[in-house]
Amino acid sequence: MRKHPVFVLFLIVLVAVTAAFFVYPKNFGANVMPWRLGLDLIGGSHLVYNVDLSQVAAADRDSVLNGLRDVIEKRVNLFGVSEPQVYLAQSAGGSDLVVELAGIKDVSQAIQLIGETPLLDFRETDPTASSTQFIPTNLTGRYITGAQLTFDPQTQAPQVSISFNSDGANIFEQMTAKNVGKPLAIYLDNQLIEAPIVQEKISGGQAVISGKFTVDEAKTLVERFNAGALPAPITLISQQTVSPTLGADSLNKGIVAGIIGTLLVMAFMIFYYRMFGVFAALALLIYIFLTLGVFKVIPITLSLAGLAGFILTIGMAVDANILIFERIKEELKKGLSRTTAIEEGFRRAWPSIRDSNTSTIITAIILYYFTSSFVRGFALTLLIGVLVSLFSAITTTRLLLRVLVKDKNPEIKKFGN
Amino acid sequence: MLNIIGHKKIFLSISAVFVIAAVAAIVGFGFRQGIDFAGGTLWQFSIASNTPSAAALQDFFKSNLDASDAIVTYDAGSGSFMARLPSISEPVHQKLANLLKTSYPSFEEAGFQSIGPSVGNELRKNAIIAMILVIIGISLYVAFAFRKVFQPVSSWAYGFITLLTLFHDVAIPAGLLALLGHYAKIEIDSNFMVALLVVMGFSVHDTIVVFDRIRENLLLDRGRTAFAELVNKSVNQTMARSINTSFTLILVLLALYFTGPASLHYFVLTLLVGVTTGIYSSIFVASPLLVIWQGRKGK
Repeated sequence: MRKHPVFVLFLIVLVAVTAAFFVYPKNFGANVMPWRLGLDLIGGSHLVYNVDLSQVAAADRDSVLNGLRDVIEKRVNLFGVSEPQVYLAQSAGGSDLVVELAGIKDVSQAIQLIGETPLLDFRETDPTASSTQFIPTNLTGRYITGAQLTFDPQTQAPQVSISFNSDGANIFEQMTAKNVGKPLAIYLDNQLIEAPIVQEKISGGQAVISGKFTVDEAKTLVERFNAGALPAPITLISQQTVSPTLGADSLNKGIVAGIIGTLLVMAFMIFYYRMFGVFAALALLIYIFLTLGVFKVIPITLSLAGLAGFILTIGMAVDANILIFERIKEELKKGLSRTTAIEEGFRRAWPSIRDSNTSTIITAIILYYFTSSFVRGFALTLLIGVLVSLFSAITTTRLLLRVLVKDKNPEIKKFGN
Repeated sequence: MLNIIGHKKIFLSISAVFVIAAVAAIVGFGFRQGIDFAGGTLWQFSIASNTPSAAALQDFFKSNLDASDAIVTYDAGSGSFMARLPSISEPVHQKLANLLKTSYPSFEEAGFQSIGPSVGNELRKNAIIAMILVIIGISLYVAFAFRKVFQPVSSWAYGFITLLTLFHDVAIPAGLLALLGHYAKIEIDSNFMVALLVVMGFSVHDTIVVFDRIRENLLLDRGRTAFAELVNKSVNQTMARSINTSFTLILVLLALYFTGPASLHYFVLTLLVGVTTGIYSSIFVASPLLVIWQGRKGK
């Protein structure tokens, strides 16, 4: 770097200019790795469901949770939302399932389709109870492989035929064998649908639900079973929905604030540090394009909090420059030549720059690992911003000064005061 | 050169008044907890024509939800209402939305956020854990940064005063939010905690710059100058950079405060107050305290 400052500087500027085209959300930048924006900026829904695993044996929990995620994923894919996210998360309340739907138009319908799911289970009579009481069995919708709409041959009433997988078929066979002559209740969403008396042991894994359905009801039920029945009940415990209008508004305001903030910082630096300020302003622009480029390459899903974190780093990125310039001023006062003062200034300001940025880095790392997704976005952009700004202040500004400031012209001591 | 150390009593008294007021506000009023800590609903919507008053909507929610603590505010800037309600389920949300749409056909939902109390507890717990960890992390770092003993003040005094300054810088914005919570029903949320943590980082940042200079001058000076005088010189030498590094951040924060999205308003305000307090404390609190510490020891 010391030997070929012009070349290295040229390289950095070239990368920054490429990054500028890359991050600009039109033309080239729109086609190559488009920006990923958070739900709070493009509009959408963030739904958190708590999964009730109380009826599931501890050993089965992982498979039930994964099955649940797959089923919900299939359902969510029906909404035609681009890149829906369905993932599991652990919380104090047990296991949570998070569904993220970007740019969805009708959230309430989506919630209905996810939430009002056919939770099917079979219950047998409690042999210890005096009256007829049903107790849950382990035969539930998770064993269903498919369903179809059929009609009762006698009454022509619509009914739903379901098929179990081999495990389910075995359980069903044993259960029917055990309960011959007794009612076996079919519950849908914890509502008793019917409780036919078992005539004989049923093998082959086929069952028919013949509640009092209309054709449409039976059809919907079949569709939902085919999308997959839920292996465990879920409850919506938290919801965050942002309309696309509000999201776009937040994004625009954030960008405007970022641009105004950048201009203010650049104006201040040029006003206070004159020629050196111009270099800091240039370095700030390079910083902005490089950082945005890094965000896009990783790629980071930029949320409102993340945008705020990035805008804060714009105010922080010049801090290292300020520390360096103040040092250079002191060195100049000591009577050093400009090029020597610059080298000394950089060398002596470095411990302060390192020390003072470390606390922000510690904060960002802890925030990233110990908080929820919304705060995380902020922590991540803050961390990347501080790291890139360290690079930018030490490398870019230094190179700019090395290449452009010469000792030859001692009259131009335009260096504020 | 400003005689900061000479007037340290005035500067420290100003700080003391603010910190005591802030702590009194926090202890006396406490914080109003936002929905991500206590559970609840935030509902943002607009009614373009035939716009009702916020009070009328507040009564609507109170009667329909049987919730006495429903609060509705109107933001003229964005022309939207913000309703703060207890945690409601999706069917209730739909029912209320339909009722509103019937009464006001131009009703349009902009955002809806409902968080159950258990999720709130979890988020609050995480925020507090993060806060404690950041304090521990920063303390360890400060101890590390000042590990080299240099006379006449022991290295851990620098660390202790850095943390005292940190407390000062966090207490004042926190006190302001407690005050706003009491008088303007402003709530604190995870963003507020994040803002305080960021203020902590900056507070340490500024204090370290000044203390680094004191350390350097002590090494160069080798006991020729009186400690108080040397500290005063160091503060003056670093004053411009202390102010400027924070000032560039304040410029960005002002841009965010006045033109940024409304949802970041109090996050930015907390940061603005914290960073401004940080400028003051790094110049007028940290170094005077160091001199007082040294004076006590000398007696």
